Amino acid sequence: MKKMSIYEPAMCCDTGLCGVSIDPELLRISTVLSALKKKGVAVDRFNLNNAPMAFVNNKVINSFINEKGVDELPVVMLDEEIIITGRYPSNEEIISFLDIPKSYLTETKSTQQGGCGCSDGNCC
Amino acid sequence: MQIFNSTNITLTKYLFYTGKGGVGKTSVACATAVNLADNGKKVLLVSTDPASNLQDVFNTELTGKGTPIKEVPNLDVANLDPMKAAAEYRENVIAPYRGKLPDAVLANMEEQLSGSCTVEIAAFNEFSNFITDTAIEKKYDHILFDTAPTGHTLRMLQLPSAWSNFISESTHGASCLGQLSGLESKKEMYKTAVETLTDGVQTTLILVTRPETAPLKEVERASHELAEIGVLNQSMVINGVLAEFDDTISKKLYDKQQNSLANVPKSLKKITTYMIPLRAYNITGMDNVRALLTNDNYVISEEIIKAKDIPQLKDVINNLYNSGKKVIFTMGKGGVGKTSIAAAIALGLSDKGKKVHLTTTDPAAHLKFVLDENSGITMSHIDEHEELVRYQEEVLSKARETMSEEDVAYIEEDLRSPCTQEIAVFRAFAEIVERAENEIVVIDTAPTGHTLLLLDSTLSYHKEVQRTQGNIPDSVKKLLPRLRSNETVVIIVTLPEATPVYEALRLEEDLKRANIATNWWVINSSLYHTKTTNAMLAAKASNEIPWINKVAEHTNGNFALIAWSADDIKGDKLKEL
Repeated sequence: MKKMSIYEPAMCCDTGLCGVSIDPELLRISTVLSALKKKGVAVDRFNLNNAPMAFVNNKVINSFINEKGVDELPVVMLDEEIIITGRYPSNEEIISFLDIPKSYLTETKSTQQGGCGCSDGNCC
Repeated sequence: MQIFNSTNITLTKYLFYTGKGGVGKTSVACATAVNLADNGKKVLLVSTDPASNLQDVFNTELTGKGTPIKEVPNLDVANLDPMKAAAEYRENVIAPYRGKLPDAVLANMEEQLSGSCTVEIAAFNEFSNFITDTAIEKKYDHILFDTAPTGHTLRMLQLPSAWSNFISESTHGASCLGQLSGLESKKEMYKTAVETLTDGVQTTLILVTRPETAPLKEVERASHELAEIGVLNQSMVINGVLAEFDDTISKKLYDKQQNSLANVPKSLKKITTYMIPLRAYNITGMDNVRALLTNDNYVISEEIIKAKDIPQLKDVINNLYNSGKKVIFTMGKGGVGKTSIAAAIALGLSDKGKKVHLTTTDPAAHLKFVLDENSGITMSHIDEHEELVRYQEEVLSKARETMSEEDVAYIEEDLRSPCTQEIAVFRAFAEIVERAENEIVVIDTAPTGHTLLLLDSTLSYHKEVQRTQGNIPDSVKKLLPRLRSNETVVIIVTLPEATPVYEALRLEEDLKRANIATNWWVINSSLYHTKTTNAMLAAKASNEIPWINKVAEHTNGNFALIAWSADDIKGDKLKEL
């Protein structure tokens, strides 16, 4: 299986919950990766604050930030190749890049009932 | 009640002085430290107050490490400055990557490390270090902590256990550990810190208060909250007790104090209590610090008031009304009466027909004790606990819209990070300021240090806001521009005494740096204005004159003076200022 890694700008934490705004993308990617980890699929995340060394050691990412700075982070790499810049991969992209069964991620999808936005289904 | 001095109290190795702002924590802590050192003990005095004035007291530049005091052999003093601690921490993280990563990348890291959570973690790391370092423990007989006003201190003392719990309970590798990636390695240190704090043989908590109702209530709260985290060895010091009276003013003060003392909250009666008499002098300079616990001397100042006419608070209110201010802050050291002044301003503007909202960010303030709910003014209180719960609920309900229970649990765990507290309070603050769209907002802020941290996070978050695209509320986007516009004004409240004036001057400098305007100073509780003839109070009143003159000169006459009053200033009393 190919190895996916994500290089991110400096953030307080993976979910961004102690940052100034709630970014739904960060919440999605954090929980998706957590779900994958439980299935034994590891996707590494390196953010500039917690793992600056990764931005020095990885030649591809190092030349990328030397050229473009931080504005085009996050960067998604598959093995040693940059495949996405400036955004996080969608669930479908993750499934196809890593060539994993769809069922790995369906569990983390919406469990809405009746489309009312409630999780327990009792409030509609 | 026994007199408090270093010979008749039981002293443990670690002594924490805490209490509401302005009750004299620093004075009492300094006096104890100096007396102990004079008696041959090796003493370290540490201030954890972001607005500490130890450097004024000892007239010495201080750092985060112990600095020897020339006039007092055996005494070292350290000032734990959270901003500096954070700057040092930031430098430690970034330095190894200079030259290895491009400048734009380093700038991004630096910005992220400027948030208030870094400041908080860096400060409490240093604090934990002082109570756990074995070299420090061996070197000194006593280690005294002069802490920040209660709310801040409670948080500082609770954080070691909060972080310990968060680290040990986290199931997904504790992702939201804030900026300290190496935090897990500090787990042992926090555990030891918690143990030391709760060990009554090693640690005493000294609750400093004044013989007044509000500070005594505050002490009750602090005592209770600290007992909850296991700090059970507590004593109380009542500072500034007037022993006798001989004119109307001194009689009123005496009666007011005795009345408060007769009504000491029940739970405090079990605590060993000491008192310190009211002194005529300012507690600055080594002679006065040495004397605080032992004797008084009535030196009458010869200076005379220079200002020809002194404005009153109503002149300030007229000015605010005429210039159409929308966001009005009262700021200053704890205990100077910011809440009453804020309420008086709100009432004054409301009487002139304006729609006014009054709010406080001070965890210890109670607006409804000051202002009647039927006054026509809406009131609110930014409560740290409530704001945190509200923020957590908001995030979780958003998460529940699209996520499974398992994912929501994951998010819930990150939300327990002590870092989210800061962001929750910050957002609440932004929302309050936004009310200025439709009405005048009068904001009674917490004591200086706390307020500065809030403004500092406003600055650093503002940079982040400009950079990120997430769902940033409008209130947050507009916050800093509004604070810097001429809709906003800061009224600095002080007392005619050395420490509050020095602190107010520093506050003004900090505000200038943030491009926030201050237009007025208000000097509260002036005894000079009361014309007392009591020898001790008259000496105290005469010592106010140099400070009134200093403020008059500094503000070019843009200041108001309010006389000391025996009655609690509330309700219709507010209109008389």
